[in-house]
Amino acid sequence: MLKKIIILVFITCFACFNIVFAAESGGMPQLNPEFWISQIFWLIITFGILFIVLTKVILPKISDNLETRKSQILENIETADEQKKESQKKIDEYEKIILDSKIKAKNYFNEAREKILEDINKKRNALEKDLDEEISSVENELSEFRNKSGEKINKIAAETSAELIKELIGEEVNSSSIAAIVDEQAKLNKERKDVV
Amino acid sequence: MASNPMYQFNVYRIGPEIKLGSVDISFTNASLFMVISSLAILIIFNLGAKKKTLIPDKLQLLSELSYTFVAKMINDTAGSKAKPYFSFIFSLFMFVLFCNMFGMIPYAFTVTSHIIVTFVLAAFIFIGVTIIGFMKHGLGYLKLFVPSGVPIVLLPLIVIIEIISYLSRPISLSVRLFANMMAGHTMMKVFGGFVISLGIVGGWLPLSFSVALTGLEILVAFLQAYVFAILTCIYLNDALNLHH
Repeated sequence: MLKKIIILVFITCFACFNIVFAAESGGMPQLNPEFWISQIFWLIITFGILFIVLTKVILPKISDNLETRKSQILENIETADEQKKESQKKIDEYEKIILDSKIKAKNYFNEAREKILEDINKKRNALEKDLDEEISSVENELSEFRNKSGEKINKIAAETSAELIKELIGEEVNSSSIAAIVDEQAKLNKERKDVV
Repeated sequence: MASNPMYQFNVYRIGPEIKLGSVDISFTNASLFMVISSLAILIIFNLGAKKKTLIPDKLQLLSELSYTFVAKMINDTAGSKAKPYFSFIFSLFMFVLFCNMFGMIPYAFTVTSHIIVTFVLAAFIFIGVTIIGFMKHGLGYLKLFVPSGVPIVLLPLIVIIEIISYLSRPISLSVRLFANMMAGHTMMKVFGGFVISLGIVGGWLPLSFSVALTGLEILVAFLQAYVFAILTCIYLNDALNLHH
């Protein structure tokens, strides 16, 4: 770097002090001082105006634009975050509501089921009671009937046997004796049955 | 005369001769291109700064990208202390860039291919940076010429070299830009001349060279503007943050 600069210095010094006139005539218009002042003058004017307008008018606008964009983007990100949180909240609420309603529906269902089961039980109990009553009454009737049937059979048997005897012998037999015999037979039968 | 590759650098008067006392300050083709470049910068950036939309259009994007580009360049090389000088470096970069780029238009005049223009810019930067340095650090700014950690035996030599290198800054800065622009345009002119003289038979080779050179010269036009601006930043950095 230093070497380069030193060499450059030498070259430029050489150029400045020795070549100026030779080169100008040799065709380097850059070294012709005729318009140097004019070039410096117009450079100062144009660059000065450019610098002033850029500094005072244009660059503040651009930096303003950049700043507002930055802040706007940050703001947008912030609001987006907020909205995200809000939507998350809403989702949670919604899920809670759904869960609640599910539990409620389950409860309703259970209640209804219990009610129905109760009803069914009640009805069944009533029905069973009725049935039991009927069955017991029928059983009573039956047992009564059965109890009575023994006497009736004996009676019928005595009557039929009296008639049979009448037909066979043509004579009337004392009905009470026949009844006694039939009773005895029936007792025997019963005993036999019991033995068996 | 027109086939002379240096002819394109000729400065000539446009319009009447204007004299300020005995000094000639006539409006020349160089002045014309300075005005055109400045106006182009002002128009483009004014249009780019006009609208305030969240999503920028092309011109706005262009101006904002250049703004952030220069701002980043300054921040990287000279730190946050150089912020007050942002608008100057921005104008400088844009002025040099637009002058270089307008020079790439055929038959246009390249303002920055004149040593006097680049030297005035560089001298202004040099003087400004020196004044800033002395204002910030007082006579302590002279420590710039005494690097730390140098053996005392070598110190006189080093100080002399540092002073020479500091004083040669405006020359190196101006000659770098001027020589690059002049050499590139001369080369293009020479190759263009070869195309004409070799004709339709042999002119294709220099023509292809000329096309390649145009691309290279556009790159150089940007690069030299960038180098000019970044060296200004580095000099400014020396003045603002005394490292030695």
